[in-house]
Amino acid sequence: MSDRVVPQSTYYAVFAALIALTLVTVGGSFVPLSEGWHTALGLAIATAKALLVALFFMHVLYGPRLTRVVIVGALLWLAILIGLTLSDYLTRDWLAY
Amino acid sequence: MATERAPLAHQFDDLAQQHEAGTLGMWLFLATELMVFGALFTGYAAYRCAYSREFEEASRHLNLLFGGVNTLVLLTSSLTMALAIRAAQLDKRKAVVGCLTLTVLLGTAFMVLKGIEYYSDYLDNLVPGLAFEPQKWADLSLRPERVELFLLLYYIMTALHALHLIVGIAVLIVMIVLTRRGSFTPEHYAPLEVSGLYWHFVDIVWIFLLPLLYLIGTHTHL
Repeated sequence: MSDRVVPQSTYYAVFAALIALTLVTVGGSFVPLSEGWHTALGLAIATAKALLVALFFMHVLYGPRLTRVVIVGALLWLAILIGLTLSDYLTRDWLAY
Repeated sequence: MATERAPLAHQFDDLAQQHEAGTLGMWLFLATELMVFGALFTGYAAYRCAYSREFEEASRHLNLLFGGVNTLVLLTSSLTMALAIRAAQLDKRKAVVGCLTLTVLLGTAFMVLKGIEYYSDYLDNLVPGLAFEPQKWADLSLRPERVELFLLLYYIMTALHALHLIVGIAVLIVMIVLTRRGSFTPEHYAPLEVSGLYWHFVDIVWIFLLPLLYLIGTHTHL
């Protein structure tokens, strides 16, 4: 089919990276960090893991360009949802009335 | 219908076009799923920022051992899912059935662990309305109702995720039956590919739930 057969070693390498990143993120939660940094670190590692799963396991790297358009579009709508909501909630203290 | 359904539906030119249309349709469905979970993540983000002290302290009380082990279980199930599709591309029917069965078993193991974790949360008085000690949190000079909000988000988000996993397990069981019947060939395995996309998406949701629910405070023990 249009999909290329990915070498087995690629899948194992991606899996090893996912496990390693999980250990790093769980280990990182034992390091005392100031407020908010655990969330930032956790989200950064989670994004890297999600990217690995999407690119290799979900074949985005090998698939048609149209798939990427759908993904970027979906993420754009998610960014609007979160961005506009937080632009309200996070700025309510700015004006005292 | 007495006749076996042909792999190629009549509206497509060839199997390659049908395969591409099928996966694109799945990605569009996943985009809508992203909005479902996105709404919960948005609500989480707003209150995570507003009630950060309560959220971080409550997060520290969740059972990180269960959360961590379940992450490893789910990541492994994604590997076996990817290997199942690779085996289908290479026409190794036995390997497809084996990998899919492993994936189903790992998904089931996740559900069992999640159930035990919910029970341990109950024993730890972390279930608002059922087993919850407001005074314990008030003694830490935290607002108990904000802790309850975090815990409710934890239950709703993990339960919605678990619901998706149950659907995924059911879909994969159907795929095992179809594979054993010989419904798929290296030219026609789109249903497997599409089921895999769904399975990996559910995995990605959990990848984000782990840090947001379990890892926002500094832990001292597992």
